Amino acid sequence: MEVPPDLRYSKEHEWVRLDGEIATVGITDFAQDQLGDIVYLDLPKPGTEIAQFAKVGEIESVKSVSDLFTPVGGQVTEINQNAIDHPEIVNRDPYGEGWLLKLRVSDPAQIDALMTADEYRAATES
Amino acid sequence: MASDVLRRSPLDAAHRALKARMVPFAGWEMPIQYRGIVEEVRSVRERAGVFDVSHMGRMFLSGPGALALLRRVLTYDPARVPEGQGHYNLFCNDAGGIIDDPYLYHLGPERWLVVGNAARWDIDVAWLREHALPGPALTLDDRQQTTAMLALQGPEAKTIFGALFSRELEATIPRRGCHEIELAGYKALVSRTGYTGEDGFEFVCAPEAGRKLWEALIAAGVAPCGLGARDVLRLEAALPLYGNDLTEETNPWEAGLGWCVTFDEGRAFVGRAALENARNAIQRRLACLRATERGVPRAGLPVLRAGEQVATLTSGTYSPTLEAGIGMAYLPVALAEPGTTLEIDVRGRLLPAVVVPRPFYRRG
Repeated sequence: MEVPPDLRYSKEHEWVRLDGEIATVGITDFAQDQLGDIVYLDLPKPGTEIAQFAKVGEIESVKSVSDLFTPVGGQVTEINQNAIDHPEIVNRDPYGEGWLLKLRVSDPAQIDALMTADEYRAATES
Repeated sequence: MASDVLRRSPLDAAHRALKARMVPFAGWEMPIQYRGIVEEVRSVRERAGVFDVSHMGRMFLSGPGALALLRRVLTYDPARVPEGQGHYNLFCNDAGGIIDDPYLYHLGPERWLVVGNAARWDIDVAWLREHALPGPALTLDDRQQTTAMLALQGPEAKTIFGALFSRELEATIPRRGCHEIELAGYKALVSRTGYTGEDGFEFVCAPEAGRKLWEALIAAGVAPCGLGARDVLRLEAALPLYGNDLTEETNPWEAGLGWCVTFDEGRAFVGRAALENARNAIQRRLACLRATERGVPRAGLPVLRAGEQVATLTSGTYSPTLEAGIGMAYLPVALAEPGTTLEIDVRGRLLPAVVVPRPFYRRG
């Protein structure tokens, strides 16, 4: 399982990259593998206020529906229309082209509640 | 056997070697996918795929009493099925409700094979035994636990079959035909049938022969395909699934399976009177729905017309072949016409859909 070292991770298998006050969020390689072929993304509209760890959408694979939770809170600035149009991108490149949403974080310190790459790897390998 | 112990297919080790994701299904542990459902569906539509269907029920019937039993419990008259042919069929109860949708094969003189759903097999076996009357000799031989079954499906299936066996043999087996063959030194059965809407072959054989055949097909580049792909393929072909689209509360007329019901002179069969009455009283029809926006129809979701629920989806999935969500539902007859627009309530979001002619996908 790929677990990039520079990201932070939630126990619901989302990752976040923080650049100043803009956070980029997606699902992990572990999550996309568990889901199988992703066929539909339900993401919050830009402008929506979301709270840390709240359910903000759904990710559907052929056989299942999974809730999407946000690892940090704030206001959604952008969602990945390319991934919405081609959900298989999330399976193929979950940390790069398969990003799901960007938000302006309300409190950057929320990142401290998340796991490091080593902690996430340990949690998923057990 | 303890009820929480899952049965394993004779090909179990082969699936694990291919890193299949295994799931419990009807008391068996079976592969749901190998490389991925979408890729497996594409392989079958574009080239060929192989499925392990060893979990399905297989009952061999033989003797002079076999035909009479089968004529008593099946809706499509077995006497109409010539030797060397198969026919899709139904077991119905006294009320005309569908108990299972088995496939019947007429193997040879006084020799038959009934293939039923794994989830209904205990019921199917009891149904056959219950309706066997004393009289001419009849042997019921349940081979579910002692044989393997594989399905090779796709436009290239015939070429692969021809290479593995012979071109001459392939050319002699018509659609729905069945034939005894030799496989890895064992006698085996092949039929030109399937559950995908593609040309293909199904094999019933000794477990060791099944393992050798699987190996040979994989080595020939045929894609291993699991139950996930199988469900998408059959729904694209608008083939019903027992437990979803067919239940004891559905009758053949509303399910669009009237072609499987024959009222032959002097043939009494279970459910005949109810089916004769129900034929002209159809209130709903199993229809094909296609989503017209992004979204995934799923079994159990409400179907609305002008804000009112009119049906519930019995099956649903994303179709990689159509690049759209598809599903089936029993719609009131007036709404079951192609072109009718409806909405599927997907957990609060209304997904527009339209009734389309069946099937969603047809080869060539």
